[in-house]
Amino acid sequence: MNDSTHNSGSAVLINNLTRHFGDFTAVDHISLKVDYGEIFGFLGANGAGKTTAIRMLCGLLMPSGGSGEVAGYDIYKQAESIKKHIGYMSQKFSLYPDLTGRENLTFYGAAYNLRPADLSDRIHELTERLELGEFINQLSGKLPIGWRQRLALAAAILHRPRILFLDEPTGGVDPVFRRRFWSILYDLADSGVAVFVTTHYMDEAEYCGRISIMHHGSIIEQGRPFDLKRQHGTDSLDDLFINLILSQEATRA
Amino acid sequence: MHRIRFIAQKEFYHILRDFRSLIIVIIMPVMMIFLYGYAINMDIENVSLAIVDFDHSVESQQLTERFFASPYFSPGENEVDMSDPEQLLRSGQVAAILAIPPGFSAALARGEDFELGMMVDGTDASLASAVQAFSNSVLSNFLMDRLPPNFDIPGVTLSQQVLYNPDLKSSHFLVPGLVAVILMMISALMTSMTIAREKETGTMEQLLTTPVKPREILIGKLLPYVVIAFVDGILVLIFARLVFGVPFVGSQLLLLGFGLIYVTTALSIGILISSLVDTLQEATLLAQVATLLPAVMLSGFIFALKNMPFVLQAISYIVPARYFVVIIRGIMLKGAGLEVLIPQAGALVLLMVILMTVAAAKFKTRVV
Repeated sequence: MNDSTHNSGSAVLINNLTRHFGDFTAVDHISLKVDYGEIFGFLGANGAGKTTAIRMLCGLLMPSGGSGEVAGYDIYKQAESIKKHIGYMSQKFSLYPDLTGRENLTFYGAAYNLRPADLSDRIHELTERLELGEFINQLSGKLPIGWRQRLALAAAILHRPRILFLDEPTGGVDPVFRRRFWSILYDLADSGVAVFVTTHYMDEAEYCGRISIMHHGSIIEQGRPFDLKRQHGTDSLDDLFINLILSQEATRA
Repeated sequence: MHRIRFIAQKEFYHILRDFRSLIIVIIMPVMMIFLYGYAINMDIENVSLAIVDFDHSVESQQLTERFFASPYFSPGENEVDMSDPEQLLRSGQVAAILAIPPGFSAALARGEDFELGMMVDGTDASLASAVQAFSNSVLSNFLMDRLPPNFDIPGVTLSQQVLYNPDLKSSHFLVPGLVAVILMMISALMTSMTIAREKETGTMEQLLTTPVKPREILIGKLLPYVVIAFVDGILVLIFARLVFGVPFVGSQLLLLGFGLIYVTTALSIGILISSLVDTLQEATLLAQVATLLPAVMLSGFIFALKNMPFVLQAISYIVPARYFVVIIRGIMLKGAGLEVLIPQAGALVLLMVILMTVAAAKFKTRVV
């Protein structure tokens, strides 16, 4: 693969990225940078524009304006190259419910052009690491939600992507599993993967290296959780988030 | 190629694990050929005829029997009320009334000219002209049989021989065309749903974050359905043969080969539709509109294309069923060979390539 020219630089670099749906502006001139090996948290209430932003970065949605690069490739013109280097886990379970976990992973392995021998090793490795166990041989639509999320994560990292996009990956799962899920994300980041994760759980935001807070399509604050708390003179991200949103609402009104 | 194989395999799992849908796509074509095959029977048999005999002779009785002994006519059910015979036609109780005036037997004995009277319901024009032809033939047979055995009428006769469908049974003509229509409908319907369903459930979005190319998705999804549609084709042909007794003069292998091309073209229509729309409902509706009407009206299945206005004839060239109707009738009824049917097959392949190319071009990997 011709990756050498793209190894340096940022995993994600966007400038004034914007998306309109008719009169509605879902994402309004956002700019940010995510480095390899970093866990970047994308915070915001439902409808803040997080998913729209992620879908533009993954090549699923055309931006209306602004510029951006993912893995060093242009998001307008080189979406096909971007797709080789990213993994994506959507908010809604999007693997095939009528296929078993193993069949899903085998299929996605082929979609990423993994060689059959490598693929079966990789599936074995991920089954161990994500403790999927016997669940991998069951129809994925019948799995409990926590296991489905693990399977979806396995599918997203199967091909060893350099950038991982996770859209509310822990929605509806129990705290024990969330803790385990985040430890896996730390491992990935340690190995140099850029993890771009949206959430509206403030305790999860604490785990991120840097966060950006989105409100009505705009980024209203960005930085390391520790620094942000100090700047705003609060010791909880919860308070920080709520204060920010309230002051925004006040200036809008 | 590697990816196409895995997409096809995945699609096979979907088909086989959705057992109910699988049964429907296997049973439905068979049901359709059965129902439509009987419903569109255009043979004229058992036309109800009232005969009013004023002559009351042995001969008039014989003529009446001759009429009802033929397969074409059967007696009307009610007693004929001669005060208003036309009432029978108006009410539709009979399709024709034959009157044998008094003096029929006397005229026969003397060899004189004589006229019988007949009233025919002309609302169904083809039925009326058939009734006229059939009654003439019954009458002339009756008269011929009365001639002395060694009596010869000099003159020229026309010796007619009807080839390929000697009994002129409409089912032999219609059922092969029906096979073409049914396969078109069911094939397009099956594939029209595959991509639309994935768009609806959200699995397509996940797939589109991978480097898979549109043409790989489309071909991978097409392939498993070729197998299913081919099985449908074989079942429908078996039924056409067994239930409707359609002759099979030509090569069965050749028909299967052409059938494979035809169903693949029909499936491509569904693939194109599926790549254009976003919901299952739109997909199934569009598949029915785009296939049923053209396949019935513009394929030559019932209505001869050469009698149509120029515009409709021109449109018919993009209707795949048009080509397969020629192929299937040619092979089953006439025993036509490869050399005759190559142009038809070529047209089908060309349409298939165009449909798949447009589908790949129109398939959006990204929401604009």
